Amino acid sequence: MNKGLKQSPVPNGLQTSLKTGLKTGCLAAALLLSALSSASSWQQTLDAAQGQTVYWHAWGGDQRTNDFIRYVGQQTNKRYGVSIKQVKLASTAEAVSQVVAEKASGQDSQGAVDMIWINGPNFLAMKQQGLLHGPFVDELPNAQYLDLTPNSAASIDFTEPVAGLEVPWRLARFVFIHNSQRLPPAEVPKSMAQLLTWAQNHPGRMTHPSVSNFMGASFLKQALIELAPNPALLQSLATDATFATTVAPLWRWYDALRPHLWRAGTTLPENEAIQQQMLNDGVVDIAMAFDPAAAAAGIASGLLPASARVYVPNIGSLGNISFVAIPYNASHIAGAKVVANFLLQPEIQAHMQNINVLGSFSVLDESTLNKQQQGFFDALPRSKALPTLTDLGPTLLEPHASWMTRLKQTWQQRYSQ
Amino acid sequence: MIASNDRLKWPLSMVLVTIILVPVMAGLSEILLAAMGFIPALGQYSLSFDAWHQLIQMPGLGTSLRLTLVTGFGATAISLVMALVASCWLYDGLRGRWLRAAIVPILAAPHAAMAIGLAFLIAPSGWLARLFSPWLTGWHLPPDLAIVNDLAGLSLILGLVVKEVPFLLLVCLAALSRLSVAEHLKVAKSLGYQGADAWFKLVVPALYPLIRLPVFVVLVYSLSNVDMALILAPSTPPTLAVATMRWFYDADIQRLLPASAAAITLLVVMVLSVLVWEACVSMLGMLNRHSTQQGLRGTSWLLLQRLLVPTMLSLCLLGLLSLLVLIVWSLTWQWPYPNALPTVWSLRHWSQLLGDVLPASLAIALLTSCLASIMSIAWLQLQENAAQQGRFEWSKLTLWLIYVPLLVPQIAFLYGLKVSFLRVGINGGMGAVIWAHVLFVFPYVMLMLQGPWQAFDQRYVHVAASLSKPPWQQLWQVKIPLLLRPILLAWAVGIAVSISQYLATIMIGAGRIDTLTTEAISLASGADRRLTGMFGLLQLLIPLLAFVMAMLLPRMMYGHINQRAAP
Repeated sequence: MNKGLKQSPVPNGLQTSLKTGLKTGCLAAALLLSALSSASSWQQTLDAAQGQTVYWHAWGGDQRTNDFIRYVGQQTNKRYGVSIKQVKLASTAEAVSQVVAEKASGQDSQGAVDMIWINGPNFLAMKQQGLLHGPFVDELPNAQYLDLTPNSAASIDFTEPVAGLEVPWRLARFVFIHNSQRLPPAEVPKSMAQLLTWAQNHPGRMTHPSVSNFMGASFLKQALIELAPNPALLQSLATDATFATTVAPLWRWYDALRPHLWRAGTTLPENEAIQQQMLNDGVVDIAMAFDPAAAAAGIASGLLPASARVYVPNIGSLGNISFVAIPYNASHIAGAKVVANFLLQPEIQAHMQNINVLGSFSVLDESTLNKQQQGFFDALPRSKALPTLTDLGPTLLEPHASWMTRLKQTWQQRYSQ
Repeated sequence: MIASNDRLKWPLSMVLVTIILVPVMAGLSEILLAAMGFIPALGQYSLSFDAWHQLIQMPGLGTSLRLTLVTGFGATAISLVMALVASCWLYDGLRGRWLRAAIVPILAAPHAAMAIGLAFLIAPSGWLARLFSPWLTGWHLPPDLAIVNDLAGLSLILGLVVKEVPFLLLVCLAALSRLSVAEHLKVAKSLGYQGADAWFKLVVPALYPLIRLPVFVVLVYSLSNVDMALILAPSTPPTLAVATMRWFYDADIQRLLPASAAAITLLVVMVLSVLVWEACVSMLGMLNRHSTQQGLRGTSWLLLQRLLVPTMLSLCLLGLLSLLVLIVWSLTWQWPYPNALPTVWSLRHWSQLLGDVLPASLAIALLTSCLASIMSIAWLQLQENAAQQGRFEWSKLTLWLIYVPLLVPQIAFLYGLKVSFLRVGINGGMGAVIWAHVLFVFPYVMLMLQGPWQAFDQRYVHVAASLSKPPWQQLWQVKIPLLLRPILLAWAVGIAVSISQYLATIMIGAGRIDTLTTEAISLASGADRRLTGMFGLLQLLIPLLAFVMAMLLPRMMYGHINQRAAP
């Protein structure tokens, strides 16, 4: 038996079932029994997964992520005999439409997609259409390192309860990127009001991605949280009444900002990668990303000047978690579970957080880690362009998905005619 | 006569119907159902017009439509006129050898790569600006000028013209080799018509019917393209094709309904556009005849002719520089503004290139294009036999259907095709990918081949028949060798089309077949010029080899016959 196998099953399984056991108020005997069965059922999963190839459909636009996925595949192959084939997507919707097409034609098993890198609206859509396998998060031994209390970041995806249907693997935070040589850190606009003033003084030097794109919509949401009279409303379903009053200050702000955007806002970059390229070309001075390591990673891959840095607004920034989910008709469900579990292994999360690898922040609950596991994280190298968790400030919760849908529609009606 | 070869007719017809028509019809009907609100997978069972209501309420729909029509018609008209004037200058092969050579790489380049290269070339932060900044322009920072993504769509028109003029020029030259141009011009001269005037009054009316279908290809591509529009066109709102794609990709799966309605709308727009185009062309033809009958000796074309060489020169220069800048980018690590050249060079991208995508791309392209070429020949031959015997053939009735994959937005058609394939148990695999590619390559090959095939001088076949050659020998030993040049050209176009298929590969292959294009598009998402440069070059090299082969092979094999057959 190899190291990974020895380490995990029994104690982790015990812990998982401890949680379930306590919740349901079972007796100690039943508890022990369920612990044993949980451990053995994970062993069954491992046995079933042996020799499987997991087709992981994941956005392929980032070479470092692709390399990390390849590394994970090598490790799971070595430890569990599970290999990974990344199906590189240009858009997560391609995987969703694959599953929809399979369901449309009645292919309810042996589907082509084993695992999807997913979150937010795509997750909501698949959950609502019953296209996901699970709940299965509780089956994973490494779920013990997660904070799965009902209101934690790992339990809620864009206000939608995860309900055990997807497993977190990396943390995403909204950040602004700037070229510190052109825009010194002391002068960065740290609120939406300051951003407006800055844009008025520097016309044409900033833009945002198209609002039909995830990043562009996130920029509007970030502004909305700061400008809304009552941000708490954003956490529940948007109605005609709440939407109109909540969004009015946003449109006032945007109407003032738009004429000072690049090309007066009449055309926008298609996605954040193109906007980042504009920053590198010197066309704009501010870009944005959903990754705290964006500047450090951009520098490391030659796509941004060495003076690129990130910052977040004073009130904090939108945060969400990237998950992996398994379609209801996946061919290799056991293998996908093994991979999802392995992604939560503390040393793998630390490896992922290494700026020379991915620089993505870990999703684990630090308080669950022992000394040795903490050590993995303490030993990570630093980069000037990489913010600390303190630099990042508070995490703002994603609004309910209905806000994003309405924001996109109304924005299009107002500015895209 | 070939017509007597009836034994093969039925099996051949069955093969063509099964491989081409059945999947096309199945795919189309799935989209129609979705547009009418019937998607059981999403719990939508009732037929309704909701999708259409939603579509009509989409903001910016009118602007999208206008942008689509302006760029589509504008690019096609400009490209056609330029190609016609240029072919006048080039037809006898005595002048402009540089031009014939220069268009080949532009012809072979994928649209997306060309668009990215061109955008970088002409943008205010691009190569031309960098070469002259800041020492001449004073631009320490790129100015906020609307050069790329301009609201009028001019940069998209420019991109399309750079790419389509070479294509139309090639088609014109191939068609001209079958017209007795010298005699036309001799007659014109004796009537007192000069140069381009003679060309447009006497040669073009005879030439246009032969190139009509390739002109349709250009029109339809210009109206429906996503690759170039994403990079060069404005985005708020975008062209109709890009808007449709965005709706298909929306995280809200229910958007499949208005997206399908938009796909059908785009199909209708394109069919109507082709009809309008033809009406315009016949009106121009009438005007042309009228002025000829009036005995007018126009000089209006002379100006065009004078402008030709500088215009073609700058067009080719734009195209070639766009490709050159991609080569430079593929060797770049860092290239900040306003440096005229990269500050850090690197071979890293080339050395990290995965070796396994090249053979897969090659195999798929070769097989696809060969299959499509063979099937086109079979289709055309069946049609010809039927016409000779005065029979009405299914192949004639259904001909328009084969163009559906070109007319419907790819994502819409592929969604329909995917569902149809899954229904019969085909989920991924190399065979399915090749099959899907054939559906897209076949119409292009047919379009390239139809004109030459129909214009073929049947007397050659009659001679062969009179020498008691059996039908297959008439085809194999007489017709194919004589038509080898257009056949190979069509085949090369097929290779180029197959190599550049992204969605067909990823959707039908269930994401399990990696090709150059799937790697390039998923990696770059349109943003990393270094990777786009490298993959764009590789995508260019394969069709380039095919085009060079198509041009050299007939000369090497049948040069003596061609010389005698040509007027």
